[in-house]
Amino acid sequence: MKKVALKQLNDAYQERFGFAMPENSLLSLDFGLSAEVIEQISSSKKEPSWMKEYRLSSLATFLKIKMPSWGPSLEEIDFAQIRYFIKDTDIEKRSWDEVPDEIKQTFDRLGVPQAERDFLSGVKAQYNSEVAYSSLQAELDEQGVIFCSMEEALQKHSELFRKYFATLVPAADNKFAALNSAAWSGGSFVYIPPNTHVKRPLQSYFRINAARMGQFERTLIIADEGSSAHYVEGCTAPVYSEYSLHAAVVEVFVLSKARFRYTTIQNWSGNIYNLVTKRAKVMADGVMEWVDGNLGAKMSMEYPSCYLVEEGAYGEMLSIAYAKNSQIQDTGAKMLHLAKNTSSKIIAKSVSVAGGASNYRGLVYIAKAASDCKSKVECDALILDDQSSTSTFPDMKISGENAIVEHEASVSEIEEDKLFYLMSRGLDKAEALTLLVAGFIEPIVKELPLEYAVELNRLIELEMEGSVG
Amino acid sequence: MLKIKNLQVKLKKKLVLDKIDLAVKNGETHVLMGQNGAGKSTLAQSIMGNPNYKVQGELTFAGQDLLQLDPQQRSALGIFLSFQQVLEIPGVKIYDYLKLLYKKSHPQKLTPLKFKAFLKEKMTLLEFKEEFLTRSLNHGFSGGEKKKLEILQMLIIEPKLIILDEIDSGLDIDAIQAVARAVNFMKQEHNSAVLVITHYSRILSFLKIDQVHLLSHGQIIKTGGSDLVAQIEEQGFAKFIKG
Repeated sequence: MKKVALKQLNDAYQERFGFAMPENSLLSLDFGLSAEVIEQISSSKKEPSWMKEYRLSSLATFLKIKMPSWGPSLEEIDFAQIRYFIKDTDIEKRSWDEVPDEIKQTFDRLGVPQAERDFLSGVKAQYNSEVAYSSLQAELDEQGVIFCSMEEALQKHSELFRKYFATLVPAADNKFAALNSAAWSGGSFVYIPPNTHVKRPLQSYFRINAARMGQFERTLIIADEGSSAHYVEGCTAPVYSEYSLHAAVVEVFVLSKARFRYTTIQNWSGNIYNLVTKRAKVMADGVMEWVDGNLGAKMSMEYPSCYLVEEGAYGEMLSIAYAKNSQIQDTGAKMLHLAKNTSSKIIAKSVSVAGGASNYRGLVYIAKAASDCKSKVECDALILDDQSSTSTFPDMKISGENAIVEHEASVSEIEEDKLFYLMSRGLDKAEALTLLVAGFIEPIVKELPLEYAVELNRLIELEMEGSVG
Repeated sequence: MLKIKNLQVKLKKKLVLDKIDLAVKNGETHVLMGQNGAGKSTLAQSIMGNPNYKVQGELTFAGQDLLQLDPQQRSALGIFLSFQQVLEIPGVKIYDYLKLLYKKSHPQKLTPLKFKAFLKEKMTLLEFKEEFLTRSLNHGFSGGEKKKLEILQMLIIEPKLIILDEIDSGLDIDAIQAVARAVNFMKQEHNSAVLVITHYSRILSFLKIDQVHLLSHGQIIKTGGSDLVAQIEEQGFAKFIKG
């Protein structure tokens, strides 16, 4: 981030939270990306040489690739001003007093336990969740499920790791994937053995420990044949981070007849660019479901995709984007039908309020060889006031025969007569708005784990109180 | 009590109601009849505070000037309107919604168990089944179900003034009786005042009527006792309007 930009950002933060990062706290750190920094990352993790080489070649790729020429402007991002590597000893402990009041209040209203608050607001670098975690781990060990950090997986499960790593999202895929490939740190590795069904959701929230919420997280998931599992990352409570750029890469391999759901709830603080490449490869009769909630960040660009590469594969995307206070949520999904008889569904809902902008950007691609495919896309946008906006950029490239493709899009405003109806029953405006917004996103929210759904609804209540003023 | 004096209502600069005088005391039941377009719903919406209508004149409830109050504040005073056009709110669970209505209209909290018992009693009165509570507010409901759900909301809120805007249209006779039972319950238990807007006499035979008002072209042209209903029914609106 340029200093000028940082200043603007701090001003905006000051206004919103009554708090800003002191600039000198960043100045003492090592900025910029170079082969030395990459080597430092790799050697500190004691990585095998192939990974170091991979990182270095990714760096070269990163330097070659241009910034995306489409979508919202990213020109404020200055790669020279980003700190790519932070040693554990460098992690500065913020004091609780420094945490923005608004975030504290939100924690209060949501009833977030103190231990989690410390972690979410960066007061603590580690989240102590051994109790919750160890019982889950025992269960997983028994089933032969691997659920660990990427660093651990690279050391302990190197064959499996190397077989899949970066085969779905190569470094050259896009500039931010290249950046992640060069500088990745943290993230989860998951392997589900054949015909194994993991009942409880795997939650990265309890797994982030060492790496915190890394800015270049890397996640690799393999659901072997006939298995099923649900992975959940992020949380509904606001997460304060000093990093300005988050560029994660997620690769999911859904083998034949396996079923995998990947749920993300993102509520980063308003200074962050959240630019994520998520991709799943789905084999014969496999099912991949992405569930995505983007609530925070300054800007999100996220288009999880499914490569439906064998017959009978199914891909689904359910997403909610909530854009407020000049946030840009540029989100959507890509479904690539590369084999016959594959099907997909995208349901994207967005809410724009108080100057927020939400865009749906998506692709349905049906290859020539992929006959008899089905796809359904539904985008619904809700706009709460004149300052807010929404756009839809649906792309359809259909070459396969006998394709059935449906696309529906709707934009609605809060209807005054519905507000009047609810207020005439004794609800105040914020309560009435909360009901209308919560009702609008309910089809997606009901797919979330209960605690997330409850917290999300409470969060919307807080936002509505704020927006009515 | 509700007191209306020399009330004038405009919708988009067009005069819809004029020179309306009406007083409904606690415990009384008044009927407002009239043809389509006479302005019946406009009066109901104006009392509730629909911001689309421009209202002048005197409109008070329990001594409070309603024209200074928003719909929520009017509801807090104890005014309830059952809508003619009931709106669908998808994704809002009826149970959660009713719980919120209770919380907003009653200063004293009920334990979840006691609230459930309270709700069950009201639902029984209207012959609602329990499964109903997990559905979305009015979403995908039949016309009759919507009207009954309006009445269930009335029973939860326990208002002092009940305005029923064509509650009887789209209801079969069993549902009409259930609605009348609920309204009589409110009168008996809470001495609520009732203003029934209708063009049929069907529901009226189940209620004890104090006064009947005939509205035509935005004005009340005749007021009488319950026998006026029978006269209108027998002779039709047209004769009264001309006469």
